[in-house]
Amino acid sequence: MSTEASVAAIGDKIRCDACPVMCYIKPGAAGACDRYANHDGKLVRVDPHIVLERTVEHGGRLVPFQAGGDWDGKIVQQPDIFVTAIGAGTTYPDYKPAPFIVSSEIDGVDMVTVVTEGIFSYCGVKVKIDTDRYLGPESATVRAQGEAVGHVTTGEYGSQMLSLGGVHHLTGGSKKEGRVTCDTLMDLSNCKAVELTIDGGATVIVQAGKPPVVNGVGEERMRVGCGSATIGMFAKQWHGKVDEVVVVDDHITGVLSEHQAGKLLDIADTGIKMKGRRSTPGRYFQVAEPGTGWGGTNISDPLSILGPFDIKEARPGLTMLMVSTTGEHASYYVLDEALRPVEKEMPAALKFSVERIQENCEPALCTVLFMGGAGGSLRAGVTDNPVRLTRSVKDALTRVTSGGAPVYVWPGGGITFMVDVTQMPAGAFGYVPTPAIVAPIEFTMRLADYAALGGHMDYVQPLSSLRDSAELRSMPFIPGRRV
Amino acid sequence: MKRLPQIALLPDGKRLHLQDGPIDLIVEARGGYEEVRAAYEVAARRFTGLLDELCEELAELRQAADPKHSALKGIVARRMHAAVAPLAADCFITPMAAVAGSVAEEILGAMLGAVALDRAYVNNGGDIALHLANGEHFTVGLIDRPDSQGLMRTMIINADDPVRGIATSGRHGRSFSLGIADAVTTLARTASQADAAATIIANAVDLPGHPAVVRTPANQLQPDSDLGARLVTREVGALSESEIEQGLEAGADCARRLLAAGLIEGAALRLKGETLLVGTRSSRAVRRHDDLIQA
Repeated sequence: MSTEASVAAIGDKIRCDACPVMCYIKPGAAGACDRYANHDGKLVRVDPHIVLERTVEHGGRLVPFQAGGDWDGKIVQQPDIFVTAIGAGTTYPDYKPAPFIVSSEIDGVDMVTVVTEGIFSYCGVKVKIDTDRYLGPESATVRAQGEAVGHVTTGEYGSQMLSLGGVHHLTGGSKKEGRVTCDTLMDLSNCKAVELTIDGGATVIVQAGKPPVVNGVGEERMRVGCGSATIGMFAKQWHGKVDEVVVVDDHITGVLSEHQAGKLLDIADTGIKMKGRRSTPGRYFQVAEPGTGWGGTNISDPLSILGPFDIKEARPGLTMLMVSTTGEHASYYVLDEALRPVEKEMPAALKFSVERIQENCEPALCTVLFMGGAGGSLRAGVTDNPVRLTRSVKDALTRVTSGGAPVYVWPGGGITFMVDVTQMPAGAFGYVPTPAIVAPIEFTMRLADYAALGGHMDYVQPLSSLRDSAELRSMPFIPGRRV
Repeated sequence: MKRLPQIALLPDGKRLHLQDGPIDLIVEARGGYEEVRAAYEVAARRFTGLLDELCEELAELRQAADPKHSALKGIVARRMHAAVAPLAADCFITPMAAVAGSVAEEILGAMLGAVALDRAYVNNGGDIALHLANGEHFTVGLIDRPDSQGLMRTMIINADDPVRGIATSGRHGRSFSLGIADAVTTLARTASQADAAATIIANAVDLPGHPAVVRTPANQLQPDSDLGARLVTREVGALSESEIEQGLEAGADCARRLLAAGLIEGAALRLKGETLLVGTRSSRAVRRHDDLIQA
């Protein structure tokens, strides 16, 4: 760094003396230069390029930039220092709206060849919401601020998937739809909370890396398994402590006495009659409608999924545990003289088993994968011959990352990638009013390969020159984010 | 000296980058090889210490400008005052509203005072001072998204046009805005005039009292802001088409007054994807949609 700033604190403000403007800077704010900021009472640099220093051993902690020798041009597989595209900007000095570029040379406008911050009109997010609660029917429209921003897609194991954004919502609908979609994608990608409503379904607050909030209720746990799996996992622990167990699940409700796991333990028939459609012994589909009650069904009284007990098999005093797949709901019943289940206080041993179910549930989370396609203009910024960039990515000569985070590049044509937004540094995404999302994307390759694919060799700068220009900012350490 | 400006050629080898504190300049001169080199040397020399000069009078520069008098001494400070003075009778404005354009003008002036150049510009974060020798021109692009496909509009500035300054102001920029414009771009005879006018017009693009507009006292954000406790725009929520039009029209009124007074040559006002032009090549205000911009 060419300048060393020091600070004096005045209340919660600090006074920067990096230059004679001597700004007072409040916590969380930057000085007039946008180069120095008050981060939790400390003066930090916030310059255009972000450099991540990777510690080789753990990959867990981010430390401020330190010199570590010049880049020798070899392929950067596990780099100690990684220059990310965040803040690289597509114009100099940064990408604020409506900057002017002055020239009359190329296409009427001077081009800046740093393309590693891409503008994605063709992009979206895939959201995985860990919940058994019913969020809405498959293919239902998902809305933000009343505008259609995507749709409900498949239910997966303990999770509901949403697909948001995409070119149709960004550019194919009304202007407002495009704007709201863009805002929604950007907020979700920047790990902010977004409220989504699903036509014919729930309102859910989604935030990457945080539990979902469904109709105002925070989800805590992800199901331990489906109802049938839960029977299989806990049959031995229930054996001898209770006569019958029903694990209520919207997908597959399990019944201990009929289930293979119960049969293996010689658990006797109980005369239980389930509603719904029997799949295989002890496994039932569609015992109720989907909803936000027990096990992702719409029921609040679990007895409503049972028919009358068979008088030939059942007997007064028979005990039964009903529990949901997360252990969040559980009740204990004893059959009376008329073979009707009557709720009783749960014995300690069964309470323990319910707690064990809870304990084995993973925390429910929302996860957000940003998905974008690197199109013609972005690739053209990297090389004179864009298709060669695609080929070199497919041939694994070029590694693609987004904000330094690993990406999955889809097979097939184009460069369509997905990245877990929680792996990326804070504030990695921006937007332009087109509307389109600005996301970092880095192509890392050998210098020789870059030349071979028609790279803009005139603009290649050694890493050391970035270091000298002090256009570096060390990322604040963010717990839970991988480096 | 503890602090020196950053002085470097950009990777293209053609443009000069000068940075000191909050000032970020991109300079490009065209002419003979020796002339350009000499011009860049002069620019770097003039730039060194310029921020210190300004900061000596910083307290005064942050006060509301008096339309008639000024006790400012520095040449750049006086230029700042001169640019805002014609606007100060009607509204609150401090010389700081013209700081970027005035610095750009100063550096351009230093270069031209030393050597003859075909053309040159000094771009101070979007506030640009231009030089054009006879027969030369600049093609200026207003961009909506930062790549060539997103070019919204280009205009040619010829040597015989009066325009030598371009500036952009709005709520997304580095300094605060009292209005809701995403960006207001002005063309004027000098960069300092363009800078002051862009600030005033951007402030005028407004919907007073609109519930979707979130405002915060400037000094709560930057304790030493020249705007004091005046409310600056932080967020602009959803606006209807007619509200966008109303906000733009309020700004356009102001722009037309400045145009009539000869203080600007033209302006482009932008709010929520809508653009309104005042002046420039035609006296009509033209509204257009973004639909022409393709991904």
